[in-house]
Amino acid sequence: MESQTTYNYKVVRQFSIMTVVWGIVGMLVGVVIAAQLAFPDLVLWDGIPWLSYGRLRPLHTNAVIFAFGGSALFATSYYVVQRTCQARLFGGPLAAFTFWGWTVVILLAAITLPLGITSGKEYAELEWPIDLLIAVVWVVYAVVFFGTIMKRKAKHIYVANWFFGAFILTIAVLHIVNSAFVPVTLTKGYSFYPGAIDAMVQWWYGHNAVGFFLTTAFLGMMYYFIPKQAGRPVYSYRLSVVHFWALISTYMWAGPHHLHYTALPDWAQSMGMVFSLILLAPSWGGMINGIMTLSGAWHKLRTDPVLKFLIVSLSFYGMSTFEGPMMSIKTVNALSHYTDWTVGHVHSGALGWVAMVSIGSLYYLIPRLFGKIEMYSTKLVEVHFWTATIGVVLYIAAMWIAGVMQGLMWRAVNADGTLTYSFIESVERTYPFYYVRLLGGALFLTGMFFMAYNVWKTAAQGNVSDADDIIAAPAAH
Amino acid sequence: MSAFWSGWIIILSVANILGCVWLIWWTMRRRTGEAAQGDVTGHTWDGDLQEYNNPLPRWWLWLFYITLIFAVGYLALYPGLGDFKGVLGWSSQGSQYTAEMDKAAEKYDPIFKQYATVAVADLASKPEYQEARNMGKRLFLTYCMQCHGSDGGGARGFPNLKDDEWQWGGSADQIKASIANGRNAVMPAQAHLGEEKVDQAAAYVMSLAGRNVDAAEAAAGKEVFMTAGCIGCHGMDGTGNPLLGAPNLTDNIWLYGGSAGAIKQTLHKGRAGVMPAQQDLLGDEKVHLLTAYVYSLSKQ
Repeated sequence: MESQTTYNYKVVRQFSIMTVVWGIVGMLVGVVIAAQLAFPDLVLWDGIPWLSYGRLRPLHTNAVIFAFGGSALFATSYYVVQRTCQARLFGGPLAAFTFWGWTVVILLAAITLPLGITSGKEYAELEWPIDLLIAVVWVVYAVVFFGTIMKRKAKHIYVANWFFGAFILTIAVLHIVNSAFVPVTLTKGYSFYPGAIDAMVQWWYGHNAVGFFLTTAFLGMMYYFIPKQAGRPVYSYRLSVVHFWALISTYMWAGPHHLHYTALPDWAQSMGMVFSLILLAPSWGGMINGIMTLSGAWHKLRTDPVLKFLIVSLSFYGMSTFEGPMMSIKTVNALSHYTDWTVGHVHSGALGWVAMVSIGSLYYLIPRLFGKIEMYSTKLVEVHFWTATIGVVLYIAAMWIAGVMQGLMWRAVNADGTLTYSFIESVERTYPFYYVRLLGGALFLTGMFFMAYNVWKTAAQGNVSDADDIIAAPAAH
Repeated sequence: MSAFWSGWIIILSVANILGCVWLIWWTMRRRTGEAAQGDVTGHTWDGDLQEYNNPLPRWWLWLFYITLIFAVGYLALYPGLGDFKGVLGWSSQGSQYTAEMDKAAEKYDPIFKQYATVAVADLASKPEYQEARNMGKRLFLTYCMQCHGSDGGGARGFPNLKDDEWQWGGSADQIKASIANGRNAVMPAQAHLGEEKVDQAAAYVMSLAGRNVDAAEAAAGKEVFMTAGCIGCHGMDGTGNPLLGAPNLTDNIWLYGGSAGAIKQTLHKGRAGVMPAQQDLLGDEKVHLLTAYVYSLSKQ
C-alpha cells in the first residue's frame, strides 16, 4: 500500500472518522453550555469549576472549529490534493505525523481548557507549549500539501487546491503572529503585544480564522465535492479567479469590525468596515459558482440528500456572508454588538455552512474510502439532513430575535435619559429563546448520531482494500 | 502616526481596492485561442472535473462595483486612509461623542436641575417629590445595582443600603460624599499575630456582637484587641468610626460574612473595600437625586 502507485487513503480515513467523533464531542459540549444558559442553577453543574460555562465555552469552540472542522479539512484536502494532482501525498510518514500531532493537540486542549489553563485569547485559548506543537504540525501539513502539489501530473492546479493552499499558508502566519507569547511557566504565558495593539492582533487573527479556516478552506471542499456529486462542470472559471483573489486580499483588512466603538483608532475601524463591505461580492462569488454548478441538474436535488447538504450549506453561506458585512456597518454594529445576534450569525456560518458542507462531503467521501458506492443508508442521510436543517433554523432564528431584542432593550431610555431596562431584565426576557436554541442545538447533535451510526455500518460492510486508490495515468488534455 | 505608517496604510489599502478593479478587468478580457463562452475550458482533473468558461454574472459585477465605489466615497468622507482625517472632519471620540453628549445634556439636564435645590430629606420623604425618587431609582438601576443589587440590599462585600447602618455615616451629606467622591476602606491583614491570636481576636469580636463563643478565648481575644491596634480604628468599645469607614463590630452586621471562618479570614488577610467616585461621571444633579433615593431606602 505504501507504493507510489496508490493514493494515501489511510490518513484520509483516519481524519474522516475523527471528524465525526470530534463533531459529536464538540457539539455535545455546545449543547451542555446552551443548557447552562437556559438552566443556570441546575445541580448537575452547580459549583463544579471544570464544568463552569467559562471553561466549557472555549472547549466547545476549539472542539468544533479545530477538532471537527480541522479534521474535516485535513481529510478532504489530503483526498482532493491527491486525486486532482494524481500523486500520492508527499513526504511518506509526514502525513501520519500530522494526524497524530493534531490528535495530541486536541487531547491537550480537552484537558487544559476545563482545568482553566487558558491564554484568554478568543479562538486561540491554548497555552504556549500547545501553540508550539500546533505550529510544528501546521508547517508539516504545509510541506505535505505543497509537496504533493509539486508532484502533480496535470499542468494546471485545480481551483479547490488554490483555496486549500491559501488556507494553509495564511493560518500558519495568523497562528504564529497571534500566539507570540512571553512564557512565564509551563502553563502560563503573556501576550507579546500591549493593550489596544493586542486587541487588534487578536481580531486580525480572529476574523481571518473565520476567513481562512472557516470560509476559504471550506470553499476548497465545495469546489471538489459539489461538481463531483452533481456530475457537472464548475459554473465559471473566470468567477473562481476573481472571487479567490478578491476574497483572500480583502479578508485581511476586515478584523477591526470586531472592535467598533472601542479604543481602536478611528482609521482602523473605518478600514475594517469598508473592506468588510467589499467582501460581500467576493464571498458570494463562491456561492454562485457552487449553486450554479447545479444548473441543468436541479432535479438531482429532489432525490440526492448528499447534494441537499452541499447546496443548502451554500445557501447558509450566502446568508451569513450577507449578514456579516451588514453587521460590520457601524450603525448596525451599535445595535448588534455584544448581543446574541452575533452568536446566531456565527452559528448560521458554523452549523449551516461549515458543518453542513463537511457532512455532505463526508457522505461522498466515506463510502469511497471503504470501497463502497454509497452510504449504508441513504434514507438516514435524508433524515440527518432534515434534522440538521430544522436544528439550524431554530437556533439562528431564536438568536436573531433574542439579539435584536437585547440590542433594543439596552438602548431604550426613559423621558429623563435613564435606561428603561436593567441588564438583568434583558437576560430574563431571553430565556424563551435560550430554550429554543437548546432545542435547535440538540436536534443538530442528534443528526450527528445518525451520521455516526451510518458511517459505522458503511465501514463495517465495506472493505478498505476495495477502495479505488490506484493512481490513474495522466489524462490527455 | 508617522508619515511612513500613514503612507504605508494609504498605499496598501488603495492598492487593494484598485487591485480588485484590475482583477475584474483582467479576468473579463478575452484571450485568443480560449474556449468559447459557455464551453468548458478544456482542462480535466480527477477523471471528470471540468470548468465552464462562463462570464462573470452581470448583477454580481454591479454589486462588486457598488461596494468598491462606496469604499472610495467612505474613505474620502471619514478617517481611514492613514492620517487623512476625511472631508467631514468626523471622529468617534471627538465630534460624535461630544455631539451626542451635548444633545443629551440639552434635553435631559433641565429635568434633573429642577430638584437641585430641594433638600435631600424633603426629596426622600415628601409626597410631591415621588417623581424625583422614581428618577433616583432609575439612576440607581443603571449605575449602582451591579454591586448593591436592584433593591439596594447589597451582597457579600457590598453594603446593604436599606438597614440604616452606615460604614461611612448616614447623614445626607455623608451619603452624598460617599457617592460623589467614592470611598476606600482598608482593613489591614493581621496574619503576623499568628493563628492563635487571630482565633482569639475573632472570638472576642463575635462576643461583641452578642454571639455565643468560648468565654476564656474571648477574654484572651480582648487582650489582643486592646493591644494589637484594633482599637485605633474600631474604638475601645468596637463601635467603629465613620470617619475612617471602620465598621461597628457590635451590631452583628458583617460585610464580608459573619461565620467564624469568614471573620478569621478578614483578620488574616485583611479587606479592601472600594466605592468608585461618581461625581465626574454623573454631575451634581444626578448625584443629588441618587443621594435622596439611597437616603429614602433606609428610612422606609
